Amino acid sequence: MSGNRVSYTLDSTLETVNNAEETAGRMAAEAGFDEEDVMKISMAVREAAVNAVMHGNAYSSAKKVTLEFERTDRDLVITIRDQGPGLDASNIPDPLAPENLMKTSGRGIFLIRSFMDVVEIHPSQSGTEFKMIKHVRGSATDAKEASQ
Amino acid sequence: MTMKSSTRQVDGVTIVDLSGRITLGEGSVVLRDTVRDLLSKGHKKILLNLGDVNYIDSSGIGELVSAYTTSKNQGGELKLLNLTKKVHDLLQITKLYTVFDVKDDEANAVKAFSK
Repeated sequence: MSGNRVSYTLDSTLETVNNAEETAGRMAAEAGFDEEDVMKISMAVREAAVNAVMHGNAYSSAKKVTLEFERTDRDLVITIRDQGPGLDASNIPDPLAPENLMKTSGRGIFLIRSFMDVVEIHPSQSGTEFKMIKHVRGSATDAKEASQ
Repeated sequence: MTMKSSTRQVDGVTIVDLSGRITLGEGSVVLRDTVRDLLSKGHKKILLNLGDVNYIDSSGIGELVSAYTTSKNQGGELKLLNLTKKVHDLLQITKLYTVFDVKDDEANAVKAFSK
């Protein structure tokens, strides 16, 4: 079955962060996720948008953030891309490590990974792409897993 | 909804009633400015009432950590009161729940500050 895909190109502003969160919440609710999952999805998108706006594009008015939602039978797939220098994915500190526990930042990617089923980070010289997937409950995949 | 903050004094403890969202931007700034202002005026026993805080992001979590360490470094005490389930769960998964002194009863929380 074909999926539904919608894409937004957004400025590198705090307003974009709030809009991305709100849009993700609406998309997740429309996809049938319960209240808790809607909160998790919208929060993961907020954190990824913060990364894109603040760390990737560094609030540059010349750089854009792309936000894309794709709904399939099995998944809600959300992709956020920035136009920054590319995140060093091999050097993301563990915020749960004792030496990092009391740091005032560095928890965003951890929260994204905690709240989504699949998280892929694709950095390149032209920017970083976060691909985040949440499985739709009651999908064919879940039914198969439940029967095993 | 942005964050609102108001303070009151109970038995030498400053209770900060927060409501709304503690997120990157205004919410985090309000919390930071409130705690810094209290400490600069010598109010070193601070109880953050988060009962009406319905949302917090990683920036807000960082601001709570900052408020805690700033208070401690200046010889103060900072405790948290009335966590909503969302905030409770976030502090659990980030392993910060046991770092903060978390209370669920205002009177007992006030008594728990050192005299």
